[in-house]
Amino acid sequence: MKNVTLRVWRQKNAGSQGRFVEYEVKDASERMSFLEMLDVLNERLVKQGEEPIAFDSDCREGICGACSCVINGKAHGPEKRVTTCQTYMRSFKDGEVITVEPFRAKAFPLIKDLVVDRSAFDLIIQAGGYISVNAGSAPEANTVQLRKYHSDLAMDAASCIGCGACVASCKNASASLFVAAKVAHLNLLPQGAPEKDPRVLGMVQAMDEAGFGACTATGSCEAVCPKGISMSFISRMNTDFITAGLKLRVHAPRV
Amino acid sequence: MNLNAHIPPGPLTQKWTNHKHEIRLVSPANKRRYDIIVVGTGLSGASAAATLAELGYNVKSFCIQDSARRAHSVAAQGGINAAKNYRNDGDNIYRLFYDTLKGGDFRAREANVYRMAEVSVNVIDHAVAQGVPFAREYSGYLATRSFGGAQVSRTFYARGQTGQQLLLGAYQALSHQVSLGAVKMFPRHEMLELIVVNGHAKGIVVRDLVSGKISSVMADAVVLATGGYSNAFYLSTSGGASNATAIWRAHRKGALFANPCFTQIHPTCIPVSGDYQSKLTLMSESLRNDGRVWVPKKGGDNRAPRDIPEGERDYYLERTYPAYGNLVPRDIASRAAKRVCDEGRGVGPGGLGVFLDFRDAVARLGKEIVEERYGNLFEMYREITADDAYETPMRIYPAVHYTMGGLWVDYNLMSNLPGLFVVGEANFSDHGANRLGASGLMQGLGDGYFILPYTIGDYLTRNEVNRPSSDVAEAKQAEQGTVERLNKLLTIRGKRTPVEFHKQLGRILWNNCGMARQEAGLKKAIVEIAELRHEFWQNVLVPGSHDDLNMALERAGRVADFLELGELLCRDALSRAESCGCHFRQEFQTPEGECLRNDAEHAYVAAWEFAGSDKPAQLHKEPLVYEEAHMAQRSYK
Repeated sequence: MKNVTLRVWRQKNAGSQGRFVEYEVKDASERMSFLEMLDVLNERLVKQGEEPIAFDSDCREGICGACSCVINGKAHGPEKRVTTCQTYMRSFKDGEVITVEPFRAKAFPLIKDLVVDRSAFDLIIQAGGYISVNAGSAPEANTVQLRKYHSDLAMDAASCIGCGACVASCKNASASLFVAAKVAHLNLLPQGAPEKDPRVLGMVQAMDEAGFGACTATGSCEAVCPKGISMSFISRMNTDFITAGLKLRVHAPRV
Repeated sequence: MNLNAHIPPGPLTQKWTNHKHEIRLVSPANKRRYDIIVVGTGLSGASAAATLAELGYNVKSFCIQDSARRAHSVAAQGGINAAKNYRNDGDNIYRLFYDTLKGGDFRAREANVYRMAEVSVNVIDHAVAQGVPFAREYSGYLATRSFGGAQVSRTFYARGQTGQQLLLGAYQALSHQVSLGAVKMFPRHEMLELIVVNGHAKGIVVRDLVSGKISSVMADAVVLATGGYSNAFYLSTSGGASNATAIWRAHRKGALFANPCFTQIHPTCIPVSGDYQSKLTLMSESLRNDGRVWVPKKGGDNRAPRDIPEGERDYYLERTYPAYGNLVPRDIASRAAKRVCDEGRGVGPGGLGVFLDFRDAVARLGKEIVEERYGNLFEMYREITADDAYETPMRIYPAVHYTMGGLWVDYNLMSNLPGLFVVGEANFSDHGANRLGASGLMQGLGDGYFILPYTIGDYLTRNEVNRPSSDVAEAKQAEQGTVERLNKLLTIRGKRTPVEFHKQLGRILWNNCGMARQEAGLKKAIVEIAELRHEFWQNVLVPGSHDDLNMALERAGRVADFLELGELLCRDALSRAESCGCHFRQEFQTPEGECLRNDAEHAYVAAWEFAGSDKPAQLHKEPLVYEEAHMAQRSYK
């Protein structure tokens, strides 16, 4: 059992002033997840007639990408390669003061308390993060073979859960790791090859337009990524981007 | 009530082909005149919305998550079935059909199941074309593995993240259509009411979860793809937001609710650790390919699992079901686990757990191969329990996972309310009394990509374009009712939180309508749930207002609906005086403790009609008539 002090960012909505509010949580079990600890606190707040702390979460098994939060300065908390929902109280010390903030980035406007709007990611996918195949037109699945190496690499990239930790931890609030992962997933596959060039150009442009910053290769994104997605995908994206720019004779705004 | 399933005539293998010739088409020029609402963006909803838009309809897609990509299909782990026969192990469409029908203990509709097996092969083709990175052999061809209830290897997978990868495929197809302007996307919107005009579903009332704004959205047809209702049990493997409100609101407006008591308890979940627990985590069924399930032969054996010698272990699934061994269907594996725990041989705190052991698999295959197959699951297990499953066996226990029951639909996936279509887990049709592993993904995508897009056209052509404006009286009334309900929840200002009510409902359901059910317990539960519901409407405490993001209010509305659905669940379980699949009535069992079906009296779909808030629902029966298959006693021995 542990007693901890939480300093939680509370902000009614995007237009109002936010501030840290302190809460004491007593007797948190080691086996409790961090979000379950927040649930217990929220139950107490509701009982007192106060509004609970708003935070996003859904699957609570680290795959949906809904949960966020910067905990003690680290996106998704202290443990490596886990999401906030898979962070357990055994990772904190008795008596610890834990600071909990929303993901902060210009492209992720705040909605309430710890909840931010990550719809910029959806816009980036809409700009080319797909293979344009209509239902009904697919050939038999085994007609195209894939090198296992490529298929495994594509799967590594496709593991991205779209949580946005890479953006929250980047000093430039760049979404390069997110974009690179999707570009690599699709561009590595023969099925994705025909749209390779417009895909990378469109997605990079959408990223810039949404207000994400540029990549300066500090590596903080890879360090906090709960799925351990490698920065090497960013190099791959840059290569694809330059090649596509040359081929399509499009002026590349950032190289 | 006329419960016509509209099953097409002709031999089973020709029904779907013939039906596609028979049903009417909407011409390309006319498709753009129709608006279709799709609620939910999981596998069935996202695939349906994308495909309808590809065909030329105007689609409005709604989800409660902040992005369509987070619907709970994302958490499906193990795989998706398809009758490809790539292993040359004797698989075919008929075998997949029969395995599914048998797995469901002969309580599914024969024609629907056959069609699902037929389209399964198209689903794999389409997913591969979309770039879903399924596992492959070194040759570059697709790999498969085995799942429960089958003696062939027909399950395609993408590590332990098959649901995520298939959902991303559907989400990307949806995003493509959004970029073309064919789909308008409404994330963070919750459907709170169905609008019915002249007997046809014509719209929904939604609440913008951020601004709190209530509005009516009208269309020519409404598709519900809102998933199952496992969360009625409070603790389940579903996501926190998964709820029954959309289907329950439709039920209250006249849509029949079919087989609500068919709820699946999944055998391999991480056991409950405390009262604060918010959800249960599934460990994929695929683990039973290589993991062996056992308990100590003697009760109260507290030695570390590695210290218990081979001769003192009881591999009870392999012992009782030698033909299928650890890969028996879920309902059977769950009950077997409950049985050994009831005998006092369970392991871990409270004796509620059994071992799933990979010692032999690691010895046989080497750690590397085990890691390649299940690495992310072992990782997840370690994050939650702090145990290393390569070194010590996993400890698992059954948990509520999936609901086979749902809104009643005919062969066209349309409910008894014209214009209201229901796809995926939200409908009842394909899994009978128990779903086989890796069949949920198959059904969701089959419905969305290859079935609904055809059948919805037939409804649309039979009804002229008639999209009422959101000013019609029915819409205004529905909107007003929704606002009044929200206001009521906010003004009771009682003493107990929505979560407390939810937990109590979950306990009642788990204790009386869980893995084992009996008459007295079900009757008691019906009374207790009604009392709890009355208390809820007098004593619930919801802070805040309804004009901004208010998660306590969202929860309260969902719990209110679970409190009605929970009672129906028990009523259905009480009226089905037999055991079948996941519905195990202790009064009806074979001498070996297996399900004892009563085909003479209970070979029907129980379709319940809403009769009023505090009145018992009315039962209608759709007889299950099998033209090809024979209702046999299930055996996995």
